[in-house]
Amino acid sequence: MSVVTAVTCPVCGCLCDDIELTIHDNKVVKVKNGCAMCEAKFMGYSSEHRLLKPMIRKNGELVKVSITEAVKKAANILAEANYPVLYGWSNTSCEAISVGIELAEEVGGVIDNTSVVCHGPSLLSIQEVGIPSCTLGQVRHRADLIIYWGSNPWSSHPRHIERYTAFSHGRFKKSAWKNYVTKIKALVGRKKVQSAIKRLFVKEKIPSAVALSNFRHTPYLQTGKNSRKLIVVDVRRTKSAEIADYFVQIEPNKDYELLQALRALVRDQELEVDNVAGVPVEYLEEIVDAMVSCDFGALFFGLGLTMSGGKMRNIDAALSLVRDLNMRTKFVIMPMRGHFNVAGANTVFTWQTGYPYAVDFSLGYPRYNPGETSVVDILLRKESDAALIVASDPISNFPRKAAEHLTENPLIAIDPHMNVTAQVADVVIPSAFAGIEAAGTAYRMDHVPIPLKKVVEPPKGVLPDETILQRILAEVKKLKQANVREEA
Amino acid sequence: MELLIKNGFVYDPINGVNGEKIDIAVKNGKIVEKVNECKAKKINASGMVVMPGGVDIHSHIAGGKVNSGRLLRPEDHYRDFEKKTRITRSGVGRSVPSTFTTGYRYARMGYTMVMDPAMPPLEAKHTHEELSDTPLIDKASYPLLGDWWFVLEYLKDGKIEECARHVAWMITATKGYAIKLVNPGGLEAWGFGNNVSSLDDQIPHFGVTPREIIRGLCKVNQLLGLPHTIHVHTNNLGVPGNYATALETMRCVEDLAAGGKPVIHITHCQFSAFKGDDWRTFESGAEEIANYVNACSHVTLDMGQVIFTDTTTMTADGPFQYSLHTLSGNKWVNHDVETETSTGIVPFHYKRKNYVHATQWSIGLELALLIRDPWKILMTTDHPNGGPFIAYPKIVAWLMSRKAREATLKRINPKARSRSLLQSIDRELDFSEIAIMTRAGQAKALGLNCKGHLGVGADADIAIYNFNPETTDPSRKYKAVRRVFKKAAYTIKNGQIVAKDGEVLRHVNGATFWLNVQTREPAVLTAEMQRRFKEYWTVEYENYPVSENYLAVSHPITVKADV
Repeated sequence: MSVVTAVTCPVCGCLCDDIELTIHDNKVVKVKNGCAMCEAKFMGYSSEHRLLKPMIRKNGELVKVSITEAVKKAANILAEANYPVLYGWSNTSCEAISVGIELAEEVGGVIDNTSVVCHGPSLLSIQEVGIPSCTLGQVRHRADLIIYWGSNPWSSHPRHIERYTAFSHGRFKKSAWKNYVTKIKALVGRKKVQSAIKRLFVKEKIPSAVALSNFRHTPYLQTGKNSRKLIVVDVRRTKSAEIADYFVQIEPNKDYELLQALRALVRDQELEVDNVAGVPVEYLEEIVDAMVSCDFGALFFGLGLTMSGGKMRNIDAALSLVRDLNMRTKFVIMPMRGHFNVAGANTVFTWQTGYPYAVDFSLGYPRYNPGETSVVDILLRKESDAALIVASDPISNFPRKAAEHLTENPLIAIDPHMNVTAQVADVVIPSAFAGIEAAGTAYRMDHVPIPLKKVVEPPKGVLPDETILQRILAEVKKLKQANVREEA
Repeated sequence: MELLIKNGFVYDPINGVNGEKIDIAVKNGKIVEKVNECKAKKINASGMVVMPGGVDIHSHIAGGKVNSGRLLRPEDHYRDFEKKTRITRSGVGRSVPSTFTTGYRYARMGYTMVMDPAMPPLEAKHTHEELSDTPLIDKASYPLLGDWWFVLEYLKDGKIEECARHVAWMITATKGYAIKLVNPGGLEAWGFGNNVSSLDDQIPHFGVTPREIIRGLCKVNQLLGLPHTIHVHTNNLGVPGNYATALETMRCVEDLAAGGKPVIHITHCQFSAFKGDDWRTFESGAEEIANYVNACSHVTLDMGQVIFTDTTTMTADGPFQYSLHTLSGNKWVNHDVETETSTGIVPFHYKRKNYVHATQWSIGLELALLIRDPWKILMTTDHPNGGPFIAYPKIVAWLMSRKAREATLKRINPKARSRSLLQSIDRELDFSEIAIMTRAGQAKALGLNCKGHLGVGADADIAIYNFNPETTDPSRKYKAVRRVFKKAAYTIKNGQIVAKDGEVLRHVNGATFWLNVQTREPAVLTAEMQRRFKEYWTVEYENYPVSENYLAVSHPITVKADV
């Protein structure tokens, strides 16, 4: 039995690196400090769906083959393809991504990562507006106002609030945890009183509150000098909304309106309507007051903003709002990245090609035009003629037509699991889990690089993504050289 | 492999060689006395200029900030790309080129070593990953330490030795090369959206002043005996009237100098040489700075020359970048790094017809020409802040030819032209002075003994330019100067020809230089330090340092310090 400390959790964009694992007999038996998702991954990563042997489809059936044969077959498919797509990358290490880009360049294909279906609009907007941001520690030390917009960290990034924002403890700002506990106690007390009243006056209706107070979630004012305020904007009352000081329940697909209304209010303009996106203007004014009067504000936004109506225009408005707020106080904004290394995929793509995703090498140099060179659009136009999927499962989450086109052409899947994509693939190569069975580097949502540890040995014969890709790349280069020689 | 470069006009200022015809022998990547003439590969350099490989003391080529710049500017890449060849990787270019392209482009100009001057320690791995992906050139990076909480706290308590031990730990942990200060104190204040405006402003919450930080780190640098001096981006950068701050900054460490050796490097000095009260009364403060620098010996500077082009400004100076954003209205990236530093990025277009921009262009050249000793003023554009590094040949031509300067002067803003000191400066630099400003002086300022010269034992990093100084006058044929410095006839890295006439022949990794600073008492991980670490940063102590496997080729330099 051995204990490994400071392990980085390869689940979400929080990339908590304080996990303590107890290893026994090449297995993780105990996880300390992690959230439920972290524990589930470390304890349950080697399930019955684990892929152990490379496979090739022969006569419609997947047949087990040697790794050399699988690599050769994969290389053949890619070298012969005219316009292959290489997709995935957000759940593996930067080192593997780097090899993937070289492979894409070598075969003249398109390389794209999962941002195309999550924070792609954020990246497009950053390219238009810029982004005032920071690392998460800066929020921990300084922020006294935290906004989550279209994001439910309590469920999707369970330690985000505790490690980096409202409930974390910083140099200049203290944790709001105590306030929260007081609040909960008060809430429970109030409920008790109310039910007692109910019991006493069964027939009398309790007078309903005025419309505005319906929006006020908690009437308890923050009083502490260093306390932090939490605002949640969402279409439904999520777990995160429950702990917020202000909850703004917005009508679906009205984010853009609300953001522009806030921008107007920040600039001291008057709104000539009573409601925006279903929220009373009076309430918005209160929120804007909190925004401009804070010392340091931080807005985190999730897919609720990037993937609802308006897409990149929503993010444009959010970035502009925060930029405007910097005229009044210090304010930052940050996308809540999902996969643990999706930020890393964008980072490596950018330093090697200049562009964060959807990079097309078919002309011999990096080209970028999302909508044209992004993988979903290519598939919908039925342009690609082969695909390599690494650490992702597009068949189960792409639009049906796009997934269909993937299956119509030779498909290679490199994944630790027998996921849906692997089940319909022509070549399946099992890989080691990055961050559990393979070391490497990943980038947190705030672009801080953190090393991934190898804590257990992968099953026999199972290689890391990086090695598999290097072997495919070497094989492709060999094939190309042979072609050149033949021509000569 | 052996190599013999024959009959070139050799400019090797460190060894006192000034255009003489000498053969240079190379063996196993080093310059040697002689090689076997039959076996060695010969390069006929007759009628050509032979210099040590170029060294760039300050160029933002890697790291989180540069990458955010790349992300921010797809429009910058569309215009300029490089195709994959049998040897080279593809990439995009202009003001923030991708990593491979950066390496190739420097090598094509005859450069063999480049220093990335701003590495946020927390994101050091990122910088090193990118540097490892930058081929053909050697490189190093300076960690940003001027606003690090540890430094501020130790200096407040006057604990210089303790501070030195932690700085030593930090430089070693981040695989850094020198101590970098950017707007000392101002970046910590920027954490809450504020700034400092003089050397004696108190930094909020910490109770130290920029003056104390500069002096403190200067002393730390001396205690540790680091090869380079402190590398300072001054307070008030980019603000009219800031030449006074620059002078004050240089003066404040005057008494720490000993033995005529430099103790401070003021970087991209052009941006700190503004006179006037506001943009309307803006003018050049180059003369005042040059007068001071001419009279003292404890300072080195680099130019930070402005080029009339569209570029991407990026510095760790968050408040300055924000003011540039409000000034220009251009898109703006800010990235503050906990406990350490900040970053800002704003695209910017320097226009010939704009009075301020044209004056800035003039200031850079005035500094270079008015400072008499070329060892004190080095050539940079603060890439990409003043302009992309591919514009270096233009600067060489301006420095070597009054005619070249006049040709540009004719086309700039008339008010800037009439006020420019350049009209009254006749000085034209020769190849030896250019060699000092672009390699020898840079290597010397950096304390790199194996670079910047062609003496026996030096690294065989050599640039050959197809220009015959006997038959051609660089002052009159400045366009030829520009042309030859754009594409070196040969660039030799570690004894291998990596580029020839602008074509890259090899894709090899350059080394990453870093300091392994060993103090007598190491900065031990006490429980106290562990506690502070946990409080200050959001990553674990164990995951913080950069391990050597992040460096494609690691070149440690051991520094032993008596603290």
